[in-house]
Amino acid sequence: MDDKDIIARRVALELRDGQLVNLGIGLPTQVAHHLPPGVNVFFQSENGLIGMLPLPEEGFAWADLTDAGGRPVGAGPGACAIDSAMSFGLIRGGHLDVTVLGGLQVDEKGQLANWLVPGVMVPGMGGAMDLVTGARRVIVAMTHAAKGASKIVRRCTMPLTSVRRVDLIVTELAVIEPTDEGLVLRETAPGVTVEQVLHATAARLHVPATVGTMRG
Amino acid sequence: MKPAQAADIAERIPDGATLMIGGFIGAGTPQRLVDELVRRGRRELTVIANDTARPGIGIGKLIDARLVRRLVTSHIGTNPETQRQMIAGELQVELVPQGTLVERIRCGGFGLGGVLTPTGVGTLAAQGKRMIEIDGSAFLLELPLKADFALINARRADYLGNLEYALTSRNFNPVMAMAATTVIAEVDDVVPVGVIPPDAVMTPHVLVHYLVCKERSDG
Repeated sequence: MDDKDIIARRVALELRDGQLVNLGIGLPTQVAHHLPPGVNVFFQSENGLIGMLPLPEEGFAWADLTDAGGRPVGAGPGACAIDSAMSFGLIRGGHLDVTVLGGLQVDEKGQLANWLVPGVMVPGMGGAMDLVTGARRVIVAMTHAAKGASKIVRRCTMPLTSVRRVDLIVTELAVIEPTDEGLVLRETAPGVTVEQVLHATAARLHVPATVGTMRG
Repeated sequence: MKPAQAADIAERIPDGATLMIGGFIGAGTPQRLVDELVRRGRRELTVIANDTARPGIGIGKLIDARLVRRLVTSHIGTNPETQRQMIAGELQVELVPQGTLVERIRCGGFGLGGVLTPTGVGTLAAQGKRMIEIDGSAFLLELPLKADFALINARRADYLGNLEYALTSRNFNPVMAMAATTVIAEVDDVVPVGVIPPDAVMTPHVLVHYLVCKERSDG
């Protein structure tokens, strides 16, 4: 199991039957493949679909049924097509239960930066600012470090996506919960010690008396 | 509403026009209209659109041909050429959160003076904008967007111009149909009035000025 699988499996355990869930492009998309038995959710694609499913077969690809990355997808029973105003009304209006997004940095306030690397990459925020601001629960699914540098930092140096505190950070090493008191280490991955997580993390982590082992 | 050829529509659109163009990474973009704009080389355009798709696809063709001077959009990550022109200073880009972009267009079309959104508060997206507090929560005042022309795509129209969209090709199209002086809908099929039931009409015909149908294949 590679790092991305570890993260996707753990995030999938956060989803509850019947929820409306938006998965970001990239790593978060893989969460869909790891839903526990009996947990059926509706995936929203912000380009205008509720009830998105993977394309059942390559030959069914159709230009009018795509995900937010422009790739062909399928749709399941109960699916609905909506316009962009409705789609973002759902997101901003608090009707979206969970959003899972990738991250460039998360800091001790639980604030996320994930849309711009100044001078390097200027993709635009797309729907990320609305998702992080409006979803009822925001889960950041990302690798713990990039190019050897911790992505969990004391203060974001990259531009914020929202000032809203995210609800959970899941990496291949740990599950971390931002709280009023700061970042709390909730779980470590199997075979990973608390010390290893602390060593790999640039932010201060609170370590409670009991730290669980990451399931997945 | 009048039927029209894509070429004639492109003829009516002057250099420097402001265009809203529907679509989400090419899905729901009026391809024939875009192709005609490129063929005619309409320049100095302001384009309001969710994204610029990819090079060679949809709105990306306008970028490739360097016909766009100013772009109001939420995402250019799928189009490296748009990023290149922006960084080189050849293209002005205003990046707007996607939900804010659609609401600004909605304001333009629905007669509203602006919208208050929590999205972007405390971020770079708040720069230069008024912040307004309502019941203790902070909102940004976002102003309406309007255009000279809306170029939209629909699955089918009836003879009056009532429109029905297909799945994720709907996206920005219905809201753009509200916000432009002249609305041109490019459709895959045209059907007699009544074939699209009243409850299934997503854009009422009163908004549509021109309908661009498929080219006839029988010569």
